[in-house]
Amino acid sequence: MSLPAATLFVVTAIFAIAGALVTISARRPLRAAIGLLIHIISLAGMFLTLDAQLLAVLQLLVYAGAVVVLFVFVIMLIGPAAEVGPIQGRVASRTLSIAMTVAVALAVSTTVAYFEAPWGAVSDEFGTVEGLGMAIYKQALVPFEVISITLLVAIIGAIAIARSRTE
Amino acid sequence: MGVGTYLALASVLFGIGAVGFLTRRNMLIQLMSIELMLNSVNVVLLAFNRAYPANHDGQVFAFFVIAVAAAEAAVGLAILIAYYRIKKTIDTDDASLLKY
Repeated sequence: MSLPAATLFVVTAIFAIAGALVTISARRPLRAAIGLLIHIISLAGMFLTLDAQLLAVLQLLVYAGAVVVLFVFVIMLIGPAAEVGPIQGRVASRTLSIAMTVAVALAVSTTVAYFEAPWGAVSDEFGTVEGLGMAIYKQALVPFEVISITLLVAIIGAIAIARSRTE
Repeated sequence: MGVGTYLALASVLFGIGAVGFLTRRNMLIQLMSIELMLNSVNVVLLAFNRAYPANHDGQVFAFFVIAVAAAEAAVGLAILIAYYRIKKTIDTDDASLLKY
Protein backbone atom coordinates (compact mmCIF):
# COMPACT_ATOMS: atom_id res chain seq x y z
CA MET A 1 0.00 0.00 0.00
CA SER A 2 1.30 3.44 -0.86
CA LEU A 3 1.62 6.07 1.83
CA PRO A 4 -1.36 8.23 0.72
CA ALA A 5 -3.59 5.16 0.59
CA ALA A 6 -2.42 4.05 4.03
CA THR A 7 -3.05 7.53 5.45
CA LEU A 8 -6.54 7.62 3.92
CA PHE A 9 -7.21 4.16 5.35
CA VAL A 10 -6.17 5.17 8.88
CA VAL A 11 -8.23 8.37 8.82
CA THR A 12 -11.35 6.69 7.40
CA ALA A 13 -10.97 3.77 9.82
CA ILE A 14 -10.90 6.12 12.82
CA PHE A 15 -13.96 8.00 11.56
CA ALA A 16 -15.80 4.76 10.73
CA ILE A 17 -15.28 3.36 14.23
CA ALA A 18 -16.18 6.70 15.85
CA GLY A 19 -19.35 6.98 13.74
CA ALA A 20 -20.35 3.42 14.59
CA LEU A 21 -19.83 4.06 18.31
CA VAL A 22 -21.91 7.25 18.13
CA THR A 23 -24.63 5.29 16.30
CA ILE A 24 -25.01 2.61 18.94
CA SER A 25 -24.52 4.85 21.99
CA ALA A 26 -26.51 7.99 21.17
CA ARG A 27 -29.67 8.51 23.19
CA ARG A 28 -31.32 10.64 20.51
CA PRO A 29 -32.01 8.77 17.26
CA LEU A 30 -31.17 11.81 15.13
CA ARG A 31 -27.63 11.81 16.55
CA ALA A 32 -27.43 8.09 15.83
CA ALA A 33 -28.46 8.80 12.24
CA ILE A 34 -25.72 11.43 11.94
CA GLY A 35 -23.23 8.91 13.36
CA LEU A 36 -24.39 6.42 10.72
CA LEU A 37 -23.89 9.09 8.06
CA ILE A 38 -20.30 9.72 9.23
CA HIS A 39 -19.68 5.96 9.26
CA ILE A 40 -21.00 5.54 5.72
CA ILE A 41 -19.09 8.46 4.26
CA SER A 42 -15.82 7.24 5.81
CA LEU A 43 -16.46 3.74 4.47
CA ALA A 44 -16.97 5.25 1.01
CA GLY A 45 -13.54 6.87 1.39
CA MET A 46 -12.11 3.54 2.48
CA PHE A 47 -13.54 1.85 -0.62
CA LEU A 48 -11.34 4.21 -2.65
CA THR A 49 -8.24 2.71 -1.04
CA LEU A 50 -9.50 -0.69 -2.20
CA ASP A 51 -9.81 0.44 -5.85
CA ALA A 52 -13.61 0.18 -5.75
CA GLN A 53 -14.54 3.55 -7.21
CA LEU A 54 -18.01 2.60 -8.46
CA LEU A 55 -18.93 1.03 -5.14
CA ALA A 56 -17.74 4.13 -3.28
CA VAL A 57 -20.13 6.21 -5.37
CA LEU A 58 -22.93 3.67 -4.89
CA GLN A 59 -22.30 3.68 -1.15
CA LEU A 60 -22.75 7.45 -1.09
CA LEU A 61 -25.81 7.35 -3.36
CA VAL A 62 -27.67 4.46 -1.78
CA TYR A 63 -26.69 4.71 1.89
CA ALA A 64 -25.98 8.39 2.49
CA GLY A 65 -28.50 9.52 -0.11
CA ALA A 66 -31.36 7.12 0.46
CA VAL A 67 -31.12 4.99 3.60
CA VAL A 68 -30.02 7.71 6.04
CA VAL A 69 -32.59 10.13 4.61
CA LEU A 70 -35.24 7.43 5.07
CA PHE A 71 -34.16 7.01 8.69
CA VAL A 72 -34.33 10.79 9.26
CA PHE A 73 -37.80 10.93 7.69
CA VAL A 74 -39.04 8.18 9.99
CA ILE A 75 -37.51 9.92 13.03
CA MET A 76 -39.31 13.13 12.07
CA LEU A 77 -42.56 11.21 11.41
CA ILE A 78 -42.53 9.50 14.78
CA GLY A 79 -41.50 12.60 16.71
CA PRO A 80 -40.77 12.46 20.45
CA ALA A 81 -41.63 8.75 20.66
CA ALA A 82 -38.48 8.02 18.65
CA GLU A 83 -36.51 8.42 21.86
CA VAL A 84 -36.63 5.40 24.14
CA GLY A 85 -35.49 5.70 27.72
CA PRO A 86 -32.54 3.81 29.18
CA ILE A 87 -32.89 0.15 30.02
CA GLN A 88 -33.73 -0.61 33.63
CA GLY A 89 -32.49 -3.81 35.25
CA ARG A 90 -31.22 -6.96 33.58
CA VAL A 91 -27.68 -5.79 34.24
CA ALA A 92 -26.27 -9.32 34.32
CA SER A 93 -27.67 -10.46 30.98
CA ARG A 94 -26.75 -7.19 29.27
CA THR A 95 -23.21 -7.26 30.63
CA LEU A 96 -22.86 -10.88 29.58
CA SER A 97 -24.10 -10.22 26.03
CA ILE A 98 -21.77 -7.23 25.62
CA ALA A 99 -18.81 -9.15 27.07
CA MET A 100 -19.39 -12.17 24.83
CA THR A 101 -19.76 -10.08 21.69
CA VAL A 102 -16.68 -7.99 22.49
CA ALA A 103 -14.67 -11.14 23.26
CA VAL A 104 -15.65 -12.79 19.98
CA ALA A 105 -14.98 -9.62 17.97
CA LEU A 106 -11.57 -9.15 19.62
CA ALA A 107 -10.63 -12.80 19.10
CA VAL A 108 -11.65 -12.73 15.44
CA SER A 109 -10.00 -9.37 14.71
CA THR A 110 -6.68 -10.26 16.37
CA THR A 111 -6.64 -13.56 14.48
CA VAL A 112 -7.45 -12.27 11.02
CA ALA A 113 -5.12 -9.28 11.42
CA TYR A 114 -2.18 -11.59 10.58
CA PHE A 115 -3.72 -12.81 7.34
CA GLU A 116 -1.37 -12.15 4.46
CA ALA A 117 -2.34 -11.87 0.83
CA PRO A 118 -0.66 -10.43 -2.25
CA TRP A 119 -1.34 -6.74 -2.74
CA GLY A 120 -0.16 -6.28 -6.29
CA ALA A 121 -1.04 -3.78 -8.95
CA VAL A 122 -4.49 -3.87 -10.52
CA SER A 123 -5.55 -3.26 -14.08
CA ASP A 124 -6.76 0.19 -15.10
CA GLU A 125 -10.40 -0.79 -15.29
CA PHE A 126 -10.55 -2.61 -11.93
CA GLY A 127 -13.49 -1.28 -9.94
CA THR A 128 -14.47 1.39 -12.43
CA VAL A 129 -17.90 1.73 -13.98
CA GLU A 130 -16.65 -0.04 -17.09
CA GLY A 131 -14.94 -2.95 -15.34
CA LEU A 132 -17.59 -3.67 -12.70
CA GLY A 133 -20.43 -2.99 -15.14
CA MET A 134 -19.07 -5.52 -17.60
CA ALA A 135 -18.60 -8.03 -14.76
CA ILE A 136 -22.18 -7.56 -13.59
CA TYR A 137 -23.72 -7.79 -17.05
CA LYS A 138 -21.58 -10.72 -18.20
CA GLN A 139 -21.42 -12.95 -15.12
CA ALA A 140 -24.33 -11.87 -12.94
CA LEU A 141 -27.05 -10.84 -15.36
CA VAL A 142 -29.76 -13.09 -13.89
CA PRO A 143 -29.03 -12.07 -10.24
CA PHE A 144 -29.03 -8.45 -11.39
CA GLU A 145 -32.53 -8.83 -12.81
CA VAL A 146 -33.67 -10.77 -9.74
CA ILE A 147 -32.38 -8.03 -7.44
CA SER A 148 -34.44 -5.46 -9.36
CA ILE A 149 -37.54 -7.59 -8.77
CA THR A 150 -36.54 -7.86 -5.10
CA LEU A 151 -36.38 -4.08 -4.84
CA LEU A 152 -39.79 -3.79 -6.54
CA VAL A 153 -41.29 -6.30 -4.11
CA ALA A 154 -39.68 -4.42 -1.21
CA ILE A 155 -41.23 -1.16 -2.38
CA ILE A 156 -44.69 -2.71 -2.71
CA GLY A 157 -44.31 -4.51 0.61
CA ALA A 158 -43.20 -1.36 2.40
CA ILE A 159 -46.22 0.54 1.07
CA ALA A 160 -48.57 -2.31 1.98
CA ILE A 161 -47.20 -2.59 5.52
CA ALA A 162 -46.90 1.11 6.32
CA ARG A 163 -50.08 2.49 4.80
CA SER A 164 -52.87 3.50 7.10
CA ARG A 165 -55.70 0.99 7.37
CA THR A 166 -58.33 3.44 8.55
CA GLU A 167 -61.14 3.25 6.01
CA MET B 1 -0.83 -2.80 6.21
CA GLY B 2 -2.62 -5.25 4.02
CA VAL B 3 -5.70 -7.41 3.83
CA GLY B 4 -5.39 -8.38 7.49
CA THR B 5 -5.83 -4.77 8.64
CA TYR B 6 -9.06 -4.46 6.67
CA LEU B 7 -10.32 -7.77 8.03
CA ALA B 8 -9.56 -6.74 11.62
CA LEU B 9 -11.32 -3.40 11.13
CA ALA B 10 -14.33 -5.13 9.57
CA SER B 11 -14.65 -7.55 12.49
CA VAL B 12 -14.42 -4.67 14.96
CA LEU B 13 -17.19 -2.82 13.07
CA PHE B 14 -19.29 -6.00 12.97
CA GLY B 15 -18.81 -6.37 16.73
CA ILE B 16 -19.92 -2.78 17.31
CA GLY B 17 -23.03 -3.41 15.22
CA ALA B 18 -23.77 -6.64 17.07
CA VAL B 19 -23.40 -4.95 20.47
CA GLY B 20 -25.74 -2.18 19.33
CA PHE B 21 -28.33 -4.66 18.11
CA LEU B 22 -28.19 -6.72 21.30
CA THR B 23 -28.16 -3.96 23.90
CA ARG B 24 -30.46 -1.25 22.56
CA ARG B 25 -34.23 -1.37 22.86
CA ASN B 26 -34.87 1.42 20.35
CA MET B 27 -35.97 -0.26 17.12
CA LEU B 28 -34.51 2.56 15.01
CA ILE B 29 -31.07 2.09 16.56
CA GLN B 30 -31.34 -1.66 16.06
CA LEU B 31 -32.06 -1.18 12.35
CA MET B 32 -29.04 1.15 12.14
CA SER B 33 -26.92 -1.53 13.85
CA ILE B 34 -27.99 -4.00 11.16
CA GLU B 35 -26.78 -1.51 8.56
CA LEU B 36 -23.43 -1.31 10.39
CA MET B 37 -23.03 -5.09 10.22
CA LEU B 38 -23.95 -5.23 6.52
CA ASN B 39 -21.41 -2.47 5.78
CA SER B 40 -18.63 -4.32 7.60
CA VAL B 41 -19.25 -7.37 5.41
CA ASN B 42 -18.83 -5.16 2.34
CA VAL B 43 -15.38 -4.13 3.61
CA VAL B 44 -14.33 -7.80 3.78
CA LEU B 45 -15.62 -8.53 0.28
CA LEU B 46 -13.83 -5.54 -1.23
CA ALA B 47 -10.57 -6.22 0.64
CA PHE B 48 -10.39 -9.80 -0.64
CA ASN B 49 -11.30 -8.68 -4.14
CA ARG B 50 -8.49 -6.11 -3.99
CA ALA B 51 -6.03 -8.85 -2.93
CA TYR B 52 -7.11 -11.19 -5.76
CA PRO B 53 -8.04 -8.76 -8.56
CA ALA B 54 -8.26 -11.28 -11.40
CA ASN B 55 -12.04 -10.86 -11.50
CA HIS B 56 -14.73 -8.65 -9.94
CA ASP B 57 -16.57 -11.32 -7.94
CA GLY B 58 -16.21 -9.62 -4.55
CA GLN B 59 -17.31 -6.25 -5.86
CA VAL B 60 -20.33 -7.82 -7.58
CA PHE B 61 -21.27 -9.43 -4.26
CA ALA B 62 -20.85 -6.11 -2.44
CA PHE B 63 -23.10 -4.50 -5.07
CA PHE B 64 -25.84 -7.03 -4.32
CA VAL B 65 -25.35 -6.62 -0.57
CA ILE B 66 -25.92 -2.86 -0.95
CA ALA B 67 -29.11 -3.50 -2.95
CA VAL B 68 -30.46 -6.01 -0.43
CA ALA B 69 -29.57 -3.66 2.46
CA ALA B 70 -31.61 -0.89 0.82
CA ALA B 71 -34.60 -3.23 0.49
CA GLU B 72 -34.14 -4.35 4.09
CA ALA B 73 -34.10 -0.77 5.35
CA ALA B 74 -37.29 0.05 3.45
CA VAL B 75 -39.22 -2.97 4.73
CA GLY B 76 -37.80 -2.66 8.25
CA LEU B 77 -38.81 0.98 8.56
CA ALA B 78 -42.27 0.15 7.20
CA ILE B 79 -42.64 -2.50 9.90
CA LEU B 80 -41.47 0.07 12.44
CA ILE B 81 -44.17 2.52 11.30
CA ALA B 82 -46.84 -0.18 11.52
CA TYR B 83 -45.60 -1.17 14.97
CA TYR B 84 -45.66 2.46 16.10
CA ARG B 85 -49.29 2.77 14.95
CA ILE B 86 -50.29 -0.15 17.15
CA LYS B 87 -48.17 0.50 20.24
CA LYS B 88 -47.46 4.27 20.11
CA THR B 89 -43.84 3.46 21.00
CA ILE B 90 -40.82 1.92 19.27
CA ASP B 91 -39.51 0.18 22.39
CA THR B 92 -38.90 -3.45 21.41
CA ASP B 93 -39.65 -4.61 24.97
CA ASP B 94 -43.29 -3.73 24.32
CA ALA B 95 -43.48 -6.00 21.29
CA SER B 96 -45.34 -8.72 23.14
CA LEU B 97 -48.45 -9.31 21.00
CA LEU B 98 -47.25 -12.77 19.97
CA LYS B 99 -45.68 -13.62 23.31
CA TYR B 100 -48.44 -15.44 25.17
